[in-house]
Order: sequence, then C-alpha cells, then structure tokens
Amino acid sequence: MTNKIYEGPKAALDGLLFDGMTIMSGGFGLSGNPESLIPEIRDSGVKNLTVISNNAGADGFGLWMLLQSRQIKKMIASYVGENKLFEQQYLAGELELELNPQGTLAERIRAGGAGIPAFYTKTGVGTVVAEGKPVEEFEGQLYVRETWLRADVAIVKAWKADTAGNLVYRKTARNFNPNMATAGKVTVAEVEEIVPVGSLDPEAIHTPGIYVDRVIKSTINEKRIEKLTERKREAA
Amino acid sequence: MAWTREEVAARAAKELKDGFYVNLGIGIPTLVANYIPEGVDVTLQSENGLLGIGPFPYEGEADPDLINAGKQTITILPSSSFFSSADSFAMIRGGHIDLTILGAMEVAANGDIANWTIPGKMVKGMGGAMDLVAGVKKVIVVMDHANKHGESKVLERCSLPLTGAGVVDLIITDLCVMACDKANGGGLTLIELAPDVTLDEVKAKTAAPFTVAPALAEAA
Repeated sequence: MTNKIYEGPKAALDGLLFDGMTIMSGGFGLSGNPESLIPEIRDSGVKNLTVISNNAGADGFGLWMLLQSRQIKKMIASYVGENKLFEQQYLAGELELELNPQGTLAERIRAGGAGIPAFYTKTGVGTVVAEGKPVEEFEGQLYVRETWLRADVAIVKAWKADTAGNLVYRKTARNFNPNMATAGKVTVAEVEEIVPVGSLDPEAIHTPGIYVDRVIKSTINEKRIEKLTERKREAA
Repeated sequence: MAWTREEVAARAAKELKDGFYVNLGIGIPTLVANYIPEGVDVTLQSENGLLGIGPFPYEGEADPDLINAGKQTITILPSSSFFSSADSFAMIRGGHIDLTILGAMEVAANGDIANWTIPGKMVKGMGGAMDLVAGVKKVIVVMDHANKHGESKVLERCSLPLTGAGVVDLIITDLCVMACDKANGGGLTLIELAPDVTLDEVKAKTAAPFTVAPALAEAA
C-alpha cells in the first residue's frame, strides 16, 4: 500500500503548490481548521490563490495569515464577518469575493467531489445570488442552477487518521472537512492522532481513505475559541 | 408598553410545537431557547453540523471542537448527532426542519426578507440565512418594528438586497405580531398587539398595508 503518512506540513505540501491554484480549506469559524498546513502555504510564498472556505479566518488566525501576506486573489465563502483585514482589502478592491449561501457552498463542494457538474436549488431564487444563472421550474416552484466546486488541493483537519487515510472528525470540528476531502485533486489531511490500520471502527469512518492522499500529524493545535460562553455551576 | 427583546423572544417561543426541529438565528432568536414552553420538546439544529444543542458548558468545561453557528461554546444532549455541512444543509434545504426564527433588517408585505447586506457598508455574507428561508417549512422573523432612525422595517417592498423572496410566515416585533400569507403572494394581517400598544400606533409606524384580524378589530 502507498505510504500516505508524511513527516510534516512541508513534506505534505511538497510539489503541490503553484501560483494561481485553487485551494479548499476546511473549518467553520476557527473550529476544525487545518492550523498546521495554512502557515506552510504562507511560507511557500505561492501567489494569486483562489481559496474556497466557509470563512476567511479571524484576526491573526487561520486563513487571515494568507490575507495578511496578500497571497489570496479570490475568496469563495459564505461569511467573512469578524475579519477587519478582509473588509479593508475587499473595500480597497484588492480582493475578489464570491459570496455563496452556506448550503449552496457545501452542496457545490459535495457535487464537485461526486462528479456532478450542476444541480438546482431553491436557495437564492429572487436574490442577487441567482443573477445570471439559469432558473427553472420544477413542480410549480422555481429553482436556480448552481455548479460544482473542485480544487487543486484540499486541506482538511480531522481528529484521527489511520495509515490507510481513513478519517474520523471530532464533534462540530467536522463541518466542511469531509465534503472538501472529496473535492480536491489532492487532499491533504492533518490530524491530532495517527493510528495503525485496524484501530478505527470501519462502521464509524467519516471519510474513507480513498479521498485522502497525504496525512500528517498536526504541529499546531491551538483551537482558539471565538466566543467562550459558559454557565455557572449551581450550588450543590 | 412595547415588548422588550426578552418578551419578543418569549412570544416567538409560543410558536414552538412539541416534536419540532428548529433552527434559531443569532441575536434575539437565540434567546427563544430560554422560553421553550413547559411540556414542549423541541430539537435545536445548528447549521455547522449538530442536531440537539445542549446548554452552555459549565465554567472550565468548554470544548473548542463543540460550538454553535454563532461560534459560542455549547454542549450536547444524549439524543444529539454530528454531521457534515453538506448533510446539515440537506436537512435545511430538503424541508426537514420545521421552523426557523431569524432577525431581519427589512420585511415586506409580500413575504420578502432582507437581512444580510447593506451595499457599500457591510461586507459579511449571508452565511446560512438564504438556505434557511428557502428550505425551512415555517419562517418567523423577530425584530424591532422600526430601525434606529425610527423608520418602519415592515415595508411594502424591501429596499435592501433580498435574503429570500416570498418566504416569511410570521413577523414578531416589539409592537405586534403580523401574519404573512406567503402561499397567496403575500398580504399582512395584524393578529396581536403588545400590551398597551394601539392599532393606531401600529398603523402610524408601519410602512406597509395590512388588514386587522377580526378579533383585534372588535377590541379596537
């Protein structure tokens, strides 16, 4: 079996990066981000990137790094709030932005991974999202045609991988990661723990190893919390 | 007296029915979870990939891998399940969620809603809002009746870019509750007034035509 386990972020991205490429990056807010691979992309100096991710990082964290280094030409996302740098660059005309409804974004990625070039959805009908796109009636309702999204490289974060590349995610850090893992020509996963084959329950694999080309153990696992909300323990 | 934010949330909670799967937006909608009526069991969905949102974690027990769509730390329940973003929006877009409660900047008599952008001013994105209004069975808007300039947010037609066209079922503001007949192209009916708010006040503060439910008209 091909060895999918790489030594570190640099080795895992070796030979994959080029100017003008499209990269998918998993995560929802700062949860489930490939925290070790993003800085490696920054350090590689690759330019004019199209980045597909639900968000664009938050001040100082995640994809924000690639904005700060001005390596991103275009962002495809559903929500880019809570990111002053993004707003500045966008309003200054230095950054292209394609906003997608979150479900449309997820389904475009899913379609890309499944080899489905287009699909119809009710989301966005009658809004700017549907402008310039074919709208068709099915059973009396209008639907807009959306196309697939695929990437040259998808970078994802999982909890555990086995040496065959099977992945298991943890809680809501799963989010876009399994969908993106299917839609990269090459998918690189960083995980908190690499285990031997046979250690993960085959009934509980979230991403089958066929979708995963390269695996590393995360070197950065900060997992910053954006909004810490807690409750007091009632007195016993 | 007009309803407070908390009272608006409590009023919206009366729309919850036993067994409902519900998605709550950020802001006042999140507060609705605090007013779920006794004996009503609802399951809250979080579009980042969780069905069955539990309470906030105890101090020191927050898990960075467990957040809601507003990025707040949360907990799960014994009945909870996790899934991917594509699966999450299959639930939403496939019509499996019974009710969503959202905030808005503008709502129109024809059921249109605008809540995601102010051109030239605000660059944030629609997140999951367009999917929710398009795919969820019942859409309730909770908001202040007027904006900070005192202008009605209930309009004949929205002026801001839409989140969805002809999608709103019910509007709950600090002044009143209005139903929207979206199945028949729209049309607002005033069905409830906040305590001590008069029909004349709502008429004066609403920039859209509406009819008055018979029970209210009699009382006035």
